Amino acid sequence: MDKVETGTAHGHEHAHGHAHHEELGFWRKYVFSVDHKVIGIQYAVTGLLFLLFGFCLMMLMRFQLAYPGSPIPLIGGLFGPDKAPGGIMLPEFYNQLGAMHGTIMVFLGVVPLAVGGFGNFVMPLQIGAPDMAFPKLNMMSYWVYFCGGVVMLVSFFLPGGAANSGWTSYPPLSVIATIGQTAWLTGMVFLITSSLLGSVNFIVTIVQLRAKGLSYMRLPFFVWAQFVTSFLLLLAFPPLEAAGVLQLMDRLAGTSFFMPSGLVVSGRPLTVAGGGNPLLWQHLFWFLAHPEVYVLILPAMGIVSEVIANNTRKPLWGYRALVYSIIFLGFMSFIVWAHHMFMTGMGTNISAFFQVTTMIISIPSVVILTALLLSLWGASIRFTTPMLFALAFLPMFGIGGLTGLPLGLAPSDIHLHDTYYVIGHFHYVVAPGTIFALFAGVYYWFPKASGRKMNDTLGKIHFWGSFICINLVFMPMFIQGLGGMNRRMYDGGMQYAHNAGLLKWNVVIGFAAWGLGLFQLPFIVNFFSSIKWGAVVDRNPWEATTLEWSAPSPPGHGNFLTEPVVYRGPYEYSVPGAASDFTPQFEPKGA
Amino acid sequence: MEIPYTVEPRPDSGLANGKLGIWLFLASEVMLFGALFSTYILLRVGAAEWPHGELSIKLGAINTVILICSSVTMVMSWASLKLNNFSKGRLYLLITIVLAAVFLVNKYFEYADHFARGEGPWHNTFLAIYFTLTGLHGLHIIGGIVVMAYLLGPGAGLWKRNPEQYTNRIEYTGLYWHFVDLVWIFLFPVLYLL
Repeated sequence: MDKVETGTAHGHEHAHGHAHHEELGFWRKYVFSVDHKVIGIQYAVTGLLFLLFGFCLMMLMRFQLAYPGSPIPLIGGLFGPDKAPGGIMLPEFYNQLGAMHGTIMVFLGVVPLAVGGFGNFVMPLQIGAPDMAFPKLNMMSYWVYFCGGVVMLVSFFLPGGAANSGWTSYPPLSVIATIGQTAWLTGMVFLITSSLLGSVNFIVTIVQLRAKGLSYMRLPFFVWAQFVTSFLLLLAFPPLEAAGVLQLMDRLAGTSFFMPSGLVVSGRPLTVAGGGNPLLWQHLFWFLAHPEVYVLILPAMGIVSEVIANNTRKPLWGYRALVYSIIFLGFMSFIVWAHHMFMTGMGTNISAFFQVTTMIISIPSVVILTALLLSLWGASIRFTTPMLFALAFLPMFGIGGLTGLPLGLAPSDIHLHDTYYVIGHFHYVVAPGTIFALFAGVYYWFPKASGRKMNDTLGKIHFWGSFICINLVFMPMFIQGLGGMNRRMYDGGMQYAHNAGLLKWNVVIGFAAWGLGLFQLPFIVNFFSSIKWGAVVDRNPWEATTLEWSAPSPPGHGNFLTEPVVYRGPYEYSVPGAASDFTPQFEPKGA
Repeated sequence: MEIPYTVEPRPDSGLANGKLGIWLFLASEVMLFGALFSTYILLRVGAAEWPHGELSIKLGAINTVILICSSVTMVMSWASLKLNNFSKGRLYLLITIVLAAVFLVNKYFEYADHFARGEGPWHNTFLAIYFTLTGLHGLHIIGGIVVMAYLLGPGAGLWKRNPEQYTNRIEYTGLYWHFVDLVWIFLFPVLYLL
């Protein structure tokens, strides 16, 4: 929020030349703003803070796994006797950290940053819109999300602590869990509502507010990614909302939606009516949560495409193939959910169906990855900081995707299910995949948001340090998982003989995780110092072609100085015969 | 700064922003109730026996008629505004609100009857899904009443400034109201008759 202020104050061109511009007070301008750019920055900063917080939870867990039963150094005394007596982490606390790490990273970190942050800030600029279609609704989405975040954070201080049944909250365990689970469900209802409002707003904006001449096939790929993502959020989240309501009913009104008859807990039969079905939750949950995986990855693909096209100085290879693939991907993501449930005994016919759809959905993913890879062919690449992150995305997402294939086939999944292999797989997709793409986006659009560039040296230290450490974190997990190490043991599973040779990797992963934490410091320093001292840039510092670069940096209220008109496709780089190696969308023909 | 197409439709999509927005919102509502209806089917298929005749078909049928009538008055309200007859439009909107309130009163008697017998949602899975579905539907009715009351009271000033936009708002509220009605038309046979 602060950077808009400084950016405008020092900016060399600003939109105050607009016909009428009413001055707003501090609260309406930076806190309860209806401007999509301010809301986008609010989302992005909140999302980044939650990513850091979720990562800190993980660093605690990693200490426990590396040195089970040892007191946590330095900060161990802070957690109190009900979480870590004498600084030694209790299993219950470990479970809380695990559940909240997943929840925070997915619902409070990555999605708000990728969709709320980049989507809000960049998408209206890229389509030449003055703002989102429903600015007040947009503000409301952010504050509803914010409330959800507060509920989740406060839940740590409830009796029994935060939710501790995993981010998946499988019943019956979650129904009989401590009150933190009720807070989790309440927080989720907030987050789901926020996503729904946001997705309606995104879709309407893209359909209704495109600039003159900006047909669908001239949309930057990032906008397409946001478009498909919004449909996933719109249609996949309501079933989870329904499931959340049902689980709240189970917990608060004593219903038995997910509670089978004859359930015995700690030697005592439960006094519920029974007749429910725990698998019902899994179906409803994964009906959301599989499309959610694509909500995490599609905006990342969009960001990477923008950065790659810009830094290869070439058009994206196969733009149409990319667009059709991402639409197909979005559609297919609704019919693969039960591949998370091969172990539940659904029956071989159902498993066969979901194996087939899972293999089919890998095809558009491979098309997208291949198109991005081929875009590099023959280019003279500018190795800027955002480009490094975008380039790293390709093999990292590739590893994440390919290691997913054995999990999508029931026979191999039976061995790998619930092991560290699964953790390694989806983290390769989301951490060095999506989060690297998000970093690329931060470096790439920071000049647009602040009018200043981030420091390149610090950026490169951040990149190389993170790249090495993150691979040292997740690569050993494949070894542990193939060896059969279970993912949910709070001491790593010391009592099992088959884990004996695998536990040593926990120390390696621990040090790599803490190293990864250290290498985020250059980013934090860079982010804040560049707001004040970064090199001042013009409106188009990357010599890019898409519409957001025709607006001033930072854009004023209403975004564009003159009504933008689009004359050509989004990636006309190095057009033969053109005066420069980039021909922006907004440049008139024959100019 | 003006957001384009808040009132008039965009030529290539044929829609104003609000209309597309409300349709998308209704799509998400279909998924919400769809998930709950799926839950109903799954619970019922898995149940050893399913209770019959627990609910008053008479009250349910009366409520169905009331909601269908309220949908009609909602359309009448919009049509009156389209014909530039503001007072008639208001009257029909008021009738719609009254009908919605009568629906809730009826529902209250049904709920009270169950609780008087000590049979809340905890009693069995049938009552659990009954209370969840009708409760959520009831919340949608309340939401509709709030919006309609706003348009009848403090929101009515818009008619003077921008009658087209006010008429559009009535139309969008109407689309939502028909959806709420439609959900009940599914709920009635599923819970009361089958």
